[in-house]
Amino acid sequence: MTPTEVVFSLSYVVAAVLFILCLRGLAGPETARRGLMLGEIGMLIAVVGTLLHRDIIRYDWIVAGLLLGSAIGVAISAWIPMTKMPERIALSHSFGGLATALVGVAEYLRETAYLTQFKTAALGFETFLGFLTFTGSVMAFGKLQGFIRGAPITWKGQNVLNIGLFVGALAAIGLLVAHREMQVVFFAIAGTGLAVGVMAVLPIGGADMPVVISLLNSYAGLAACATGFALSSQILIICGALDGSSGLLLSMLMSKAMNRSFSNVLFGAFGTALQPSGPVRQLGRSYNEATVEDAGAVLKASQSVIVVPGYGMAVSQAQHAVRDLAAALERRGVDVKYAIHPVAGRMPGHMNVLLAEANVSYDKLFDLDDINDDFARTDAVVVVGANDVVNPAAKKDASSPIYGMPVFDVESSRSVIVLKRSMNAGFSGVENELFFQQNTMMVLGDAKKTLLAMIGEVKDGGH
Amino acid sequence: MTSEWVFNLYVFVLATFVGYQVISRVPPLLHTPLMSGTNAISGISLVASLVAAGSHHRLSQILGFVAVTCATINVVGGFLITDRMLRMFRKKPAVGESTMPVRKAETS
Repeated sequence: MTPTEVVFSLSYVVAAVLFILCLRGLAGPETARRGLMLGEIGMLIAVVGTLLHRDIIRYDWIVAGLLLGSAIGVAISAWIPMTKMPERIALSHSFGGLATALVGVAEYLRETAYLTQFKTAALGFETFLGFLTFTGSVMAFGKLQGFIRGAPITWKGQNVLNIGLFVGALAAIGLLVAHREMQVVFFAIAGTGLAVGVMAVLPIGGADMPVVISLLNSYAGLAACATGFALSSQILIICGALDGSSGLLLSMLMSKAMNRSFSNVLFGAFGTALQPSGPVRQLGRSYNEATVEDAGAVLKASQSVIVVPGYGMAVSQAQHAVRDLAAALERRGVDVKYAIHPVAGRMPGHMNVLLAEANVSYDKLFDLDDINDDFARTDAVVVVGANDVVNPAAKKDASSPIYGMPVFDVESSRSVIVLKRSMNAGFSGVENELFFQQNTMMVLGDAKKTLLAMIGEVKDGGH
Repeated sequence: MTSEWVFNLYVFVLATFVGYQVISRVPPLLHTPLMSGTNAISGISLVASLVAAGSHHRLSQILGFVAVTCATINVVGGFLITDRMLRMFRKKPAVGESTMPVRKAETS
């Protein structure tokens, strides 16, 4: 080993340690920023170490790519609003997938003659997973952004086709291992990856996005791992494994929070069969439509309030109004807490980030298990744009598609105020018994406008 | 050759275990920063892109250039936005100051 090679290898060891410490820091908000700093240092060390690599003979393309990438990266992270975080995450998974896939293609074209069987297989997987992550994430981005219809798009034989494509890709990788010089096969693998990404995300509905984004996260990690095996680069394997296990863990948590298995999310196309029956069955049911004044009066008479935010809060950008309502109530001596469901919103932790942005202290944000017993002792619950996570059918109605999903016991509180755009069935098309209960007040309209009006009510008038 | 991939497999398995252990301690509160943070870390594929872009092979240079750009977006953007998010997670005194006058104006 030359001295340069020693430095090169050691830089990766140091970087790996720093990355693990970075994730360890994320165990709590107090240590998270310091941890992240360690990760940044690790990345810098790894990149500088790599630039000393002896295989690098020219730097022009490298510098151009680094500059362009930095400019775009800075621009995106400076200007993107927090409500667009799910889109940003989906987009970054697609960049990650594309980068690994292109590295795979470049490596294959450059090294075809020297590939071992193992390396050929690793490159095949890398390219397949990389392109799959790329198109899958672009589809997820399109659905979140509204370019592509958010509702599940399904047709007959869809699952058979998807499984067929998957098996075909595996067979092609096998063929490539036997005949590494067959470029057609290699590009067929790449094309199948692109196709599987599109096909796999098309049938998935918006409410299932937290699982999909987590799964794509873990695919991106696996693709990076495959790169590591192909290049025999331990740092890539380690980082890919960290990314992959984080994605896997999150997808498991999300699936559990919806009481559904992976295969159910991937092949189930939630909600499609239900949409026709949902709204029809609701017709003729009576519910208490309340005015902002009524809701304000209830809140003013309350000692304790729990806010349950959902995707609707993100849509109407109501997080600041929620915070202001809570502040107005707190000034009256009311105890205000927030109940955050693991799958509320479109990605893991979505609601926490929005409320943190609105300056809500994080010790007021509670997880499902920590707050569920408190509802029975609470005077009023304000549901802001949440639906499935407060649906009692998940506990009672075995025929409901969300049966078994852990939900908040909001109906056990004294009164429930639901802010909702209209009485139409929600995204998943599942009927919600809560809206028709005696102690539920429905305040229809844009959540943000309603909240602002409610703040006025709470502030005006004495006790 | 065989020993090399077995060695790499060890690295993979052990790193997955460490990752699983460390990440299972991250509270749901920080799941979004976790996701964007690991995303920035997996931008480490940048090191492989650098080698592709810096090679002698023409097509590899071009593909490598696109890969370097994509990976850099993730590294730079990922770390910046994660930090921007983490800065927002603060503990505040019970009754916080707020922007009430401004909001009030919007209601009327």
